[in-house]
Amino acid sequence: MSILDDIKEKLQGKINDWYEHNPHRIYFSVDKKDIREIARVMFKDLGFRYAIASGTDTPKGFEILYHFSFDKTGHMVSVRVLIEDKQNPEIDSLAVISPAFEWIEREMWEMLGIKFIGHPNLKRLLLADDWPEGKYPLRCERES
Amino acid sequence: MSHKVVIPIGPYHPLQEEPEFFQLFVEGEKVVDIDIVIGYNHRGIEKICETKHFDQVPFVVERICGICSTSHPLACVNALEDLAKVEVPERALYIRTIIAEMERIHSHLLWLGLAGHFIGYNTVWMWAWRYREPLLDCFEMISGNRNHYAMMKVGGVRRDIQDEHIPALKKALDELSRAVDMFKGAVMDDPVIHSRLKGIGILTHQQAIDWSVVGPTARASGVKIDVRRDDPYAAYDRVNWEVIIQEEGDVFAKTVVRILEMHESISIIRQCLDKMPRGEIDANVKDMPPGEGVGRAEAPRGEVFHYARSDGTNRPIRYKVRAPSYMNVASNKIACVGGTISDATITLAAVDPCYCCTERVTVIDRPANKKILNGWDLIRLSQEKTERLKKVVK
Repeated sequence: MSILDDIKEKLQGKINDWYEHNPHRIYFSVDKKDIREIARVMFKDLGFRYAIASGTDTPKGFEILYHFSFDKTGHMVSVRVLIEDKQNPEIDSLAVISPAFEWIEREMWEMLGIKFIGHPNLKRLLLADDWPEGKYPLRCERES
Repeated sequence: MSHKVVIPIGPYHPLQEEPEFFQLFVEGEKVVDIDIVIGYNHRGIEKICETKHFDQVPFVVERICGICSTSHPLACVNALEDLAKVEVPERALYIRTIIAEMERIHSHLLWLGLAGHFIGYNTVWMWAWRYREPLLDCFEMISGNRNHYAMMKVGGVRRDIQDEHIPALKKALDELSRAVDMFKGAVMDDPVIHSRLKGIGILTHQQAIDWSVVGPTARASGVKIDVRRDDPYAAYDRVNWEVIIQEEGDVFAKTVVRILEMHESISIIRQCLDKMPRGEIDANVKDMPPGEGVGRAEAPRGEVFHYARSDGTNRPIRYKVRAPSYMNVASNKIACVGGTISDATITLAAVDPCYCCTERVTVIDRPANKKILNGWDLIRLSQEKTERLKKVVK
């Protein structure tokens, strides 16, 4: 049984759409409320390595892709979450699962203004101390 | 009663190219906590990439690092070729592999020299950098540049390796092979280095997994991961080589992994030079379709991760970069704490961060706000420890 079958079995009912760009690059979406459980299952139970997350400002909301690597088979599985509320974006922090998630959540917080609920140390990582509050460099300014 | 002292390290050091700031909290000789501040060199490259067209992005990401300057463009073209599903000509794949492995050797030699300096082996420093020099000459011969080779291109490579360059490259490899043997002997057979580097800065197997560290930092803790083998790109699946691992997780294990990896790199380059077919070096990609792509490359320090998203125009709408030190430097919180100040320099340096700074190191007695030690003192402490050990061990 491949690792992809393991994911489908363990996360039954939580996977919204499954897309295989090629045999080693898999993307699927999940609901925002499930992300901590899903990350825990993939990181702790299934033995995925956490590569990184990437946050993007899209017209539908803030999208976060959590990239997990399964090094035994070379699979890169990216879990997609959409945060629709652009006025007050927030999502559960994954830093409670492993310290490996800490830095990138700080980065997404300062770059996109997404609040990570439960993060132990949500402070600036890369931006200068005198960077103005409430300015988020990776947000797209769109005309309404 | 314990007396807690704060040692700020950083953010600038003339030896290394990237600023970071470590604040060591020490009680007596013992490091009890560490705070890591990065961001001094944040240039907004992800945002800049959104303003460049796809052929320019490899040039921009090449500027992320001056040492592993081909790893980022390689991960970048891997990502864009994944996005556009491009077939790359065979010869270009071999050239990519040769350049990437040459880079690994020169990067590891650079680290070895600095590590030698930090523990007071200045001869190792001079030798390592002396043997690195002919390799940089080879880079100049092939690409025109000692660094920032600009070889990678979506769909292939920008320059071919000329037939007349191959004998000179092979000769440089023979010399390097002897040099690596010498370094191997110098490290493995020296009882002082054993007692200086063994058992310090340990990252256990489980900690390496929990912190998701990559590259030699992970492999020295027995985590057998290497993108070149796990998710092959370029021509790594067409040549024979071994993933080097060590189990101990200390600074010595990290040193051994890097030295042995140089042997593997030399072997990979030799095989590539022999197997490299003739033919095209560029697939001439014209358009980038809408979609997203992930590209990875094993840099000297570990996995480089690039993610690109296109909406069908000629510029990415999102470009994400993760360098290996992003994962590795954070693990110093484990490796450094519990050790002594004299081991701190080499432990911080052991993950081969693009920066291991000790220049602006100042030990400050917190209540009195009085400086006790400066940066060179910290290197001196480290070197003195080696001197003491030399007397005891020999």
